Amino acid sequence: MALVSIRNLTRIFDVSKPWLNRLIERKPKALLTAVSDVSFEIEERTVYALVGESGSGKSTIGKMLVGLLPPSEGHVEIRGIDLAQETDADKIESIRSDIQMIFQDPYASLNPRWRVRDIIAEPVAARGGKTEGLAERLLEQVGLSARDAGKFPHEFSGGQRQRICIARALASEPKLIVCDEPTSALDVSVQAQVLNLMSDLKDEFGLTYLFISHDLTVVQHMADRIGVLYLGRLVEEADPDTLFDHPAHPYTQMLLAAAPKLDGFGREVPPPQGEIPDPINPPPGCAFNPRCPLAAERCRTERPTLRDVRGARVACHFAG
Amino acid sequence: MKQTHIMTTPILSIRNLTVDIPTRHGVLRPVNGVSYDVAAGEILGVVGESGAGKSMAGNAVIGLLNPPAHIASGEILLNGQRIDTLPRDEMRRLRGKQIGVVFQDPLTSLNPLLRIGDQLTETMLAHLDISPSEARKRAIAALEEVGIPGAAQRVDSYPHEFSGGMRQRVVIALALCAEPSLIIADEPTTALDVSVQAQIIALLKRLCRERGTAVMLITHDMGVIAEAADRVAVMYAGQLAEIGPVREVLAAPIHPYTDGLMGSTPLASRGKDRLHQIPGAMPRLDALPPGCAFHPRCPYTQDDCRADPGPRIEDGAGRAACFHPISRTEVA
Ligand SMILES: Nc1ncnc2c1ncn2[C@@H]1O[C@H](COP(=O)(O)OP(=O)(O)OP(=O)(O)O)[C@@H](O)[C@H]1O
Ligand SMILES: Nc1ncnc2c1ncn2[C@@H]1O[C@H](COP(=O)(O)OP(=O)(O)OP(=O)(O)O)[C@@H](O)[C@H]1O
Ligand code: SF4
Ligand code: SF4
Ligand SMILES: [Mg+2]
Ligand SMILES: [Mg+2]
Repeated sequence: MALVSIRNLTRIFDVSKPWLNRLIERKPKALLTAVSDVSFEIEERTVYALVGESGSGKSTIGKMLVGLLPPSEGHVEIRGIDLAQETDADKIESIRSDIQMIFQDPYASLNPRWRVRDIIAEPVAARGGKTEGLAERLLEQVGLSARDAGKFPHEFSGGQRQRICIARALASEPKLIVCDEPTSALDVSVQAQVLNLMSDLKDEFGLTYLFISHDLTVVQHMADRIGVLYLGRLVEEADPDTLFDHPAHPYTQMLLAAAPKLDGFGREVPPPQGEIPDPINPPPGCAFNPRCPLAAERCRTERPTLRDVRGARVACHFAG
Repeated sequence: MKQTHIMTTPILSIRNLTVDIPTRHGVLRPVNGVSYDVAAGEILGVVGESGAGKSMAGNAVIGLLNPPAHIASGEILLNGQRIDTLPRDEMRRLRGKQIGVVFQDPLTSLNPLLRIGDQLTETMLAHLDISPSEARKRAIAALEEVGIPGAAQRVDSYPHEFSGGMRQRVVIALALCAEPSLIIADEPTTALDVSVQAQIIALLKRLCRERGTAVMLITHDMGVIAEAADRVAVMYAGQLAEIGPVREVLAAPIHPYTDGLMGSTPLASRGKDRLHQIPGAMPRLDALPPGCAFHPRCPYTQDDCRADPGPRIEDGAGRAACFHPISRTEVA
């Protein structure tokens, strides 16, 4: 059984103005579909990456996975248990402690008034667990020093703070860590340190990652399986080699062509056309149709479903 | 074809630029003896990690250093004329007319209360000798040129009615409308998505080529530099570490820091091998090591690297500030 199974996950936000304004301006309710009918599975001890441009729904999926947001429709199952429906409190508690999350901004996610020791031990202390020497041990594990436990967050650089976040995530001995853009705020040399550390810890503790990023090269480096999101929809899923060598979905192809290449000296490619449409009024049919060079009549009326295309799953009427 | 006299006199020339920030605990030096040129029609990429001094150097050129930061020594020449000694109001005029500026956040360059078209015409009327109706015609043309669909209708929109990518296009139109000879773009695409970034970079490259504008492109994204820049300057702890043609510096770096940076960037061809790690982090300005600022992190450090004076790039000639550059004879 897969560790995580996400089925037909949908999240809708009500972004209407207050009802009085709506009444005066005669505006209808505005509903934003941030995630639309997304399904995928994450095998134990693998890295599943979600990529996509800003607003494609990556963080919203991550938050639903860790239980920070309830789904509007669909299910998140961890080891076959759906947290939204499970009634056994012990089971819920044990699954919850198996999942941790790391965020993009290592500055905002650490309480500036707490000592590092208390920050790291907090998830365990909150459950009444033993925290003696825990922070010191974890600090060494993430490449910092046990002496750092008595310091405050402002005494650390961005990369060191992200290590502290990782140490805190490890404290409750999780099985699954949802990493939301864990290195996007870091410089490349520091990013390399953090990515190496994440790979080492994964091997050492048998961790599973949901790795959220908009950086294709980072994803290619880290992932065993990659899901590409566009406007809240999963448009393609494949292993890195398949995805990067033979992208099947026109959006994936566009994204890969547009990404700057380290060895792309003087490269001139016609840049992609258009921009991501308004998620409150997504185009009918295939959400990519206004920008797709292959779009046909069918694409404007019928939403493509994911189907198998040479080792990948692709949501396009004409792929394959 | 470029003309010879343009080729020989750079549009921008920075000589030994040093920026100081006096504080209660002593003087910080975010830019330390930096020299580089940007020629007409050339894009110079400026890279380096956060805090390396990239923006400080750019802000010094446009006269926008926030006090107490100030130019302590060195010269800045635009088309052969000193500009670092100009009085404030003359500098302001120069900034609209001769130097166009594009920042990371387009909203810092746009007035939220003014229609896009009015901002463009105002800038043109202030710097060009044209009539208001001509300015409006040119404003629409400028918006068309940067790829705003339906420019004639959208010219009367307000900034908040545009997406982030569209706003950045408007800022570029604004930076270009007085036909400056130099554009300084500080992380112009950092807040944008890959597809929009590709559009903006293509736009900058085309304008630079067609108009012969000199561009100083500040970014921490090596991929953007590789694709857009003709030459690249790598900064570390306020100094120039390496400078040269982009292909040479990125594909065959000779400064150990550039080499380390390139090695730590994930690359398709490297697969899943561990990334190269530069140990430690860039030093803070109040704790710079003596000698070469990179020596505590450098795998090639020798005794001479630890003592002052540290290595320097010789004015205009050298490629790397390093006593023991990586030998690349085998590649050449
Ligand atoms: N709490 C919320 N209320 C209303 N809309 C929201 C909320 N959270 C997210 N959204 C919207 O849902 C969509 C998906 O957002 P999400 O944060 O998941 O995107 P993302 O892929 O993580 O983007 P980024 O790369 O910018 O982090 C966006 O259009 C966003 O504006
Ligand atoms: N007012 C100030 N007082 C003290 N130090 C300052 C001040 N302003 C900037 N600095 C320091 O000057 C140095 C150079 O900053 P600068 O903004 O030029 O870096 P940068 O290379 O543009 O970095 P980034 O990639 O983060 O934009 C940094 O170390 C910064 O901390
Ligand atoms: S379904 Fe149609 S519009 Fe959508 S990606 Fe495929 S060809 Fe393009
Ligand atoms: S001068 Fe010495 S310490 Fe500095 S980069 Fe060169 S070899 Fe390394
Ligand atoms: Mg996000
Ligand atoms: Mg900067």
